[in-house]
Amino acid sequence: MKPPQFDYHAPGSIEEAVTLLGSYGGDAKVLAGGQSLIPVLNFRLARPGVLIDINRIGALSFIREADGGVAIGATTRQRMIEGSDIVGRRAPLLADATRLIGHLPIRTRGTIGGSLSHADPAAEDPAVVTALDATMVALSKRGERRVPASGFFRSLLTTALEPDELLVRIEFPPTPAGTGTAFVEISRRHGDFALAGVAAQVTLAGDRASEVRLAACGAGPGPIRLAAAEKIVRDGGASAASIEAAAAAAAAGVEPTSDVHASAAYRRDLVRAMTRRALERAVARAAGGTR
Amino acid sequence: MANAGIGQAVRRREDFRFLTGTGTYTDDIDRPGQVYAHIVRSPHPHAQIRRIDTAAAERASGVLAVFTHDHLAADGVGGLPCGWLVKGKGDKPMVEPPHPVLATGVVRHIGDPVAIVIAATRVQAADAAELVKIDYQMLPVVTSTAEATRPDAPRLHTDAPRNLCYDWELGDKAAVDAAFARAAHTVTLDLVNNRLVANAMEPRAAIGEYDRATGTHTLYTTSQNPHVIRLLMGAFVLHIPEHKLRVVAPDVGGGFGSKIYHYAEEALVTWAAKKVGRPVKWTADRSESFVSDAQGRDHVTSCALALDKDGKFLALRVKTVANMGGYLSTFAPAIPTYLYATLLAGLYATPAIHCEVQAVFTNTVPVDAYRGAGRPEACYLLERLVEKSARQTGIDRAEIRRRNFIPRAAMPYQTPVALQYDSGDFVANMERALKVVDYAGFAARRADSARRGRLRGIGLSTYIEACGIAPSDVAGSLGARAGLYEVAEIRFHPTGSVTVFTGTHQHGQGHETTFAQLVSEKLGIPIENVEIAHGDTAQIPFGMGTYGSRSIAVGGSAIVKAIDKIVAKGKKIAAHILEVAERDIEFKDGKFQVAGTDKAMSMGEVAFAAYVPHNYPLKELEPGLDETAFYDPKNFTFPNGCHICEVEVDRETGVVDIARFIAIDDFGTVINPMIVEGQVHGGLVQGIGQALVENCVYDGASGQLLTGSYNDYCMPRADDVPSFQVETNESAPCTHNPLGVKGCGEAGTIGAGAAVMNAVVDALATVGVTEIDMPATPHNVWRALKNAKT
Amino acid sequence: MKDMRKVSVTVNGKSYAREVETRLLLSDFIRHELELTGTHVGCEHGVCGACTILLEGRTARSCLMLAVQVDGANITTVEGIAPSEKELHPLQQAFMDNHGLQCGYCTPGMLTTLIEFLQDNPDPTEHEVRVAISGNLCRCTGYQGIVDAALDAAKRLQGGKRA
Repeated sequence: MKPPQFDYHAPGSIEEAVTLLGSYGGDAKVLAGGQSLIPVLNFRLARPGVLIDINRIGALSFIREADGGVAIGATTRQRMIEGSDIVGRRAPLLADATRLIGHLPIRTRGTIGGSLSHADPAAEDPAVVTALDATMVALSKRGERRVPASGFFRSLLTTALEPDELLVRIEFPPTPAGTGTAFVEISRRHGDFALAGVAAQVTLAGDRASEVRLAACGAGPGPIRLAAAEKIVRDGGASAASIEAAAAAAAAGVEPTSDVHASAAYRRDLVRAMTRRALERAVARAAGGTR
Repeated sequence: MANAGIGQAVRRREDFRFLTGTGTYTDDIDRPGQVYAHIVRSPHPHAQIRRIDTAAAERASGVLAVFTHDHLAADGVGGLPCGWLVKGKGDKPMVEPPHPVLATGVVRHIGDPVAIVIAATRVQAADAAELVKIDYQMLPVVTSTAEATRPDAPRLHTDAPRNLCYDWELGDKAAVDAAFARAAHTVTLDLVNNRLVANAMEPRAAIGEYDRATGTHTLYTTSQNPHVIRLLMGAFVLHIPEHKLRVVAPDVGGGFGSKIYHYAEEALVTWAAKKVGRPVKWTADRSESFVSDAQGRDHVTSCALALDKDGKFLALRVKTVANMGGYLSTFAPAIPTYLYATLLAGLYATPAIHCEVQAVFTNTVPVDAYRGAGRPEACYLLERLVEKSARQTGIDRAEIRRRNFIPRAAMPYQTPVALQYDSGDFVANMERALKVVDYAGFAARRADSARRGRLRGIGLSTYIEACGIAPSDVAGSLGARAGLYEVAEIRFHPTGSVTVFTGTHQHGQGHETTFAQLVSEKLGIPIENVEIAHGDTAQIPFGMGTYGSRSIAVGGSAIVKAIDKIVAKGKKIAAHILEVAERDIEFKDGKFQVAGTDKAMSMGEVAFAAYVPHNYPLKELEPGLDETAFYDPKNFTFPNGCHICEVEVDRETGVVDIARFIAIDDFGTVINPMIVEGQVHGGLVQGIGQALVENCVYDGASGQLLTGSYNDYCMPRADDVPSFQVETNESAPCTHNPLGVKGCGEAGTIGAGAAVMNAVVDALATVGVTEIDMPATPHNVWRALKNAKT
Repeated sequence: MKDMRKVSVTVNGKSYAREVETRLLLSDFIRHELELTGTHVGCEHGVCGACTILLEGRTARSCLMLAVQVDGANITTVEGIAPSEKELHPLQQAFMDNHGLQCGYCTPGMLTTLIEFLQDNPDPTEHEVRVAISGNLCRCTGYQGIVDAALDAAKRLQGGKRA
């Protein structure tokens, strides 16, 4: 298992990276943390002619507060995200989810931008940006393009990024006061990709759930926003009955497939269970004031 | 010295090199001028090779040569031999199809080697291998054990109709039929014993080297038994006499059976090294390991137990289909027969047993011994059946076992399936396990789990294994094509230190420590003065290697025998020097002492006298103190024990958590309790792995391997298992070897699967699930729960 | 054409400079170019953890990095853990005393992983240790000896500072 031959470039600036992408486009692969791409190269399942390593671009690694929310550079390591106070305060759902990604050495190298660009349907980060309506900011020689999460994930392992575009940062909207979050998933073993998982963020205003955000991973060709379930809780409140109904709606709204590890029916049923558990935990956290 | 003898938890002397990164595994070795091999393997499970075009690969950068079957044939290279001939019903010999080193005409499993590319660097070899063009004509595929013998199944080998290797039986069919006819209860069960991949963490590797000056071949290989490889490869494949073939198995990163066998790559690099005039190195990548290391288990079984009205077992009937894969691996035929059916008595005094086994060929990677090898399969079906019998008859699971155990007083005990157990206190082990687990308190623990919304179950498993493989005459009469003794040489050096050469091989077991403890105690010399050498046919007189928990029972006994010879000679030397009769010399605590006096010589003084024989009985005795012993065991050894598992099941998601696991084991005398405990821990996790997560799956239609990476073939991680409570019972030592040892390497794996699955079934039975196959993955448990509800 | 690049790196306090193909994995660079064969390769797809090294003090899978990526970096491998030729690091000693290794193949990755973990978590629970090493597969020990070793090492490294 050794990678095939490629030409390697390690640009020092975003401009340089974008120029390279402009010249090589479809023949190039962007190397971020490498935790998904290098295995694919080692198995020789991908044979890019050119590898553009963006790890030396310092300007792509940051976490900062922006417009009440948080902006995160594409090569920011997952390890940095899980330990970040800003993320903990401004995007607690992302912090919850990041802790479930792989194992510590994987998160030490793995980047948020890499995970989103790779778009594995079972991965956590895509579900989080989908639930939170985060914005993916892509750059090319043609200029900057802002892609909402709802339009970013196209199909299995495919995003809206054009061959000459580089994902440079992700912008998360503000998290309202009175919000609780939870990311729950079932995997065959800890650290494995989820068989199915659900991201939940609930904002309580008195008895009402003023804002509900839900997305599933492992339940379709990409992350799935569970809009029908959200509506049930928004309209019906955070009662047990309402949560149960939302869980059923979530299960009805996903399109899982079968593979060697789990059948579609099981994944669908897991989405139901995970939706309920995620909502219960998020509501409890929102009520308790701990996210 | 008092702290380093038998029974002491001596720290392992192996550890320093492994902890500091200074061990020497095969891939760590680089030979001068070395080049690299890449094996071109079949991507198809069954296909005709119409044409192989190597021209482009030969022209590629750095390539020295590309070889196919034709090159081997031109040199008269033979096929890979099978080391065990099983005779089926009516004494019909098994079908033994050719197993070419490189495929000729047809490929029969994914990964079947077709060509070898040799290049200056490893990536050049890999790159060039992609240029070898092979024109395949697809053939229909069968991978399923149960479907292999169907009339419409594609045939793998022309000489094996219905893909049958053998149809074999053991036991008294008439007696079993009669017992079932009069039984008060009949309990039946259909089971699948899932296929596993051993997955030693070190991938296999081999380096071949040829010395033109001496005409000697050397093979460095990741093997559990270098002499066996030398014998098989030299005599059957490459026709190199043993004195011109050296096989070295250096540090080996785990084996679990998968590194016993003689593999094609070993022969290829050895042969190719002479062809290209350079040392040739091959190291498997993990993808290759999944399609070229022999796999394990893969049985489909129907079984039934007949009981009288009091729950006494009357008879056991077993019908098994065992998957051999595409070819016969080295010891494959013996695993589902002599290492399986012979263990079906378990710990029970079942008077009549009959077992039929059909071994079948399929388009899958060959199957052979994997940790436990046949015995986990026997234990699993028997203990699942006993647990089901308890449920069906309403007799408590412990009580039904108690009523049927062979009592200690009945030893030695002849089972109806050939073996004679020498020792064991089965009742005591179970009672101890029940006490440790607080069996009486289970109901309260179950209620507590229920309050947390979880289903709790408890499962027992008792096991016995035949280890210390094996009495050569018995093995020979059953079809083994080799002896199964072990060899030791004790070489005293002139100034009193000792090198012990053993034919066993360690790949994690800590022999360098355990054997040194044994030698230190028996010879009465400091453990620091004892070196254990193994793994090099140029150093070690001979040996059959390490598998079947045999090293201490057979290899250790050989060491004792050699020590006895050393002591006997030492007495003669001491008697001469001390000027007394030999019969007046006693050997104790490292001293040759004149009985009843304080006149004595130390072991070291005797050794020195033997090498500097100035005052020495030269007329009757040779100088030197160096003795070799071959030990052929008188019987198998019979480690046994009782495992108890408690699980909690999440009813909604099907996730199973192991709450507790208790193992009480009888390994006879324990030399190093720390090492023995570690062997149990590791064995348990492999058994738990089979029960809960591990499964090697081929797609039925395409024959493709669906679990060919560590992403898809799941092995337990640290947070999937709890800490175990383990104890040993040394009260019933082996009666027929000089140490009273039984062996401990496989026990955990043999007992654990049934304990876990019995616990899972017990948990699920509370909501109407009665049967589930391994592995009890979240998905499989969920499905069983769904099916029970509808 | 081979894409070659110069790599300068400090490993275990020693500087190395090599010219390598850009596709060379860091694990192969360490093992075969620097001849530090203590770092083991078990799967080359980032699951087994045997190849884990410390890159600037943080664990990383060396099979999931290219050698060119560590140009100018500081790396510690299993060979660099012990304080001297003859002494063992307290974690290594704890592995020996608690039978935390059998065949030794996963050991380098376990040690590097736990060195970082114990620095960040000087007083861990058993569960925390199990989660910390859950990215490292061991086929021999059943993990119990490793977990015991890690807990023991935490005590030794704390030197009685535990509450």
